[in-house]
Amino acid sequence: MTAASTAPASTTPGGMLLPWADADGAPFWEYAGRHELRMQGCSACGRLRFPPRPCCPHCHSFDGEWTLMSGRGRIWSYVFPHPPLLPAYARLAPYNAVVVELAEDPRLRLVGNVVAIADGPLNGVPADRFRIGAPVRVCFHDMAEGVTVPRWLLEDR
Amino acid sequence: MPVKDVCAIKDVCAIAGIGQTRFSRSLDEPEKALACRAVLAALDDAGIDPSEVDAFASYTMEETDEVEVAKAIGAGDVTFFSKVGYGGGGSCATVAHLVAAVATGQASVGVAWRSRKRGSGIRPWTSTAVQLPTPAQWTRPFGLLRPADEIGMLARRYMHEYGATRDHLFNVALACRNRANQNPDAMMYERPLTREMYMTARWICEPLCLFDNCLETDGALACVVVPAERARDCRHKPVYIHCVAQGLPAQHHGMVNYWNDDPLTGPAWTAARHLWKNADFGPQEVDVAQIYDAFTPLIPLSLEGYGFCGRGEGAAFTEGGALEIGGRLPINTGGGGLSEAYVHGFNLITEGVKQLRGTSTAQVPDAATCLVTAGEGVPTSALLLRS
Ligand SMILES: [Zn+2]
Repeated sequence: MTAASTAPASTTPGGMLLPWADADGAPFWEYAGRHELRMQGCSACGRLRFPPRPCCPHCHSFDGEWTLMSGRGRIWSYVFPHPPLLPAYARLAPYNAVVVELAEDPRLRLVGNVVAIADGPLNGVPADRFRIGAPVRVCFHDMAEGVTVPRWLLEDR
Repeated sequence: MPVKDVCAIKDVCAIAGIGQTRFSRSLDEPEKALACRAVLAALDDAGIDPSEVDAFASYTMEETDEVEVAKAIGAGDVTFFSKVGYGGGGSCATVAHLVAAVATGQASVGVAWRSRKRGSGIRPWTSTAVQLPTPAQWTRPFGLLRPADEIGMLARRYMHEYGATRDHLFNVALACRNRANQNPDAMMYERPLTREMYMTARWICEPLCLFDNCLETDGALACVVVPAERARDCRHKPVYIHCVAQGLPAQHHGMVNYWNDDPLTGPAWTAARHLWKNADFGPQEVDVAQIYDAFTPLIPLSLEGYGFCGRGEGAAFTEGGALEIGGRLPINTGGGGLSEAYVHGFNLITEGVKQLRGTSTAQVPDAATCLVTAGEGVPTSALLLRS
């Protein structure tokens, strides 16, 4: 994760953009590297928050902890980008990008991709399988050495 | 000293001059030269000598600094300068900051401007070297690369929640195109739009097609803000700045506003609450509106936010020619960002001035009040103008 945090231009050799973490977000990506979906929570009042930030907007405590999520959620919205795009993404277009609301709290939402298998391409699930509200569960894809992103698999029903 | 009156700036200032360059996909001159041309044109329109300018305001994304503009146009001592962030969300705020400066005696002649070669220059989202870590780390690795992708996500959700359709988005694109067809300066002046063209256009980001996206434009615009009494001595009928507002809602996250409780309630709602609290009139008394239209879905979202209809009613509001001349609320009467020029919304400000002077190419009869808005989705701003 350290590499992605410091590299100014961070793409895979194929040109896919790697997450460039800041200090607040770094733990999320470190846990993702262990294939764990964890969200920042407040040690004082227990509320979860996203995106990560230094202190709790509710009680102003700076003490946080990273809580393990069930990895279940629902599609809140989705798009299919078409060119013009960065070359690596244009080659896959139209692909999907989704916002997933997490089962623990629907106000916790993550941008991601729905894939057929964890290491599959971003265009691997047919467009007609997408609908708002569809249940999904997390999987993890290692994009590069030490860089892992969460992705989403459609639940059977 | 306590604040005497929250409306201390109401009608205290006016826009006395407006200026612009030609709009094109590609202009030869650099942005700095275009900026100077627009600023000088606005001052000439007002009949004010450049040496009198003592305040400047622009966008943080503006590449030409006030230092460069001031020395090029021959400004004198400058005592107020300000830049506003968040791209097109800052358009109206540039004028609002000048109003704050002029109304409080920090300056007497303010110039706001935007110069941009977005038509022939680079698309900002194509940079892989420069990633803002927050919030790009949560979006870009997943291929949510462009503003169109970010707004497309909100648009899909909006259509799902409220039954909005592509026909509603077409109503927006068509109204802007029809006004551009009346405006010889508009990039789409001679390019009519049909429903057939819209429905068969290529996708940019489903559910948004080509015609849901603003133009890519080279051009520059400027306006001059002075005390109201000074404006009455200028060349044109003064256009009074009735109220101004900026809007950054609680727990807002920029254009990728997916993380607050209700992502479909954007910054427009915050700016609107402040605007209407201070105004002498309400949304029903707005004769014409210039609503920020980088993407068609921003119009129904803004119509709701600024109180022209209820939550979820913005799409239906566009039906029956409501946005056309003679409709319930004529919008973007120069053609807007969708069909006149996309210069981060500054042409919406100048078109608002033209309407209240009575000189628009698509004049709303007897227009006396105009709402101008900045980018919705990003931290935003708005102006209420009156004649
Ligand atoms: Zn707390």
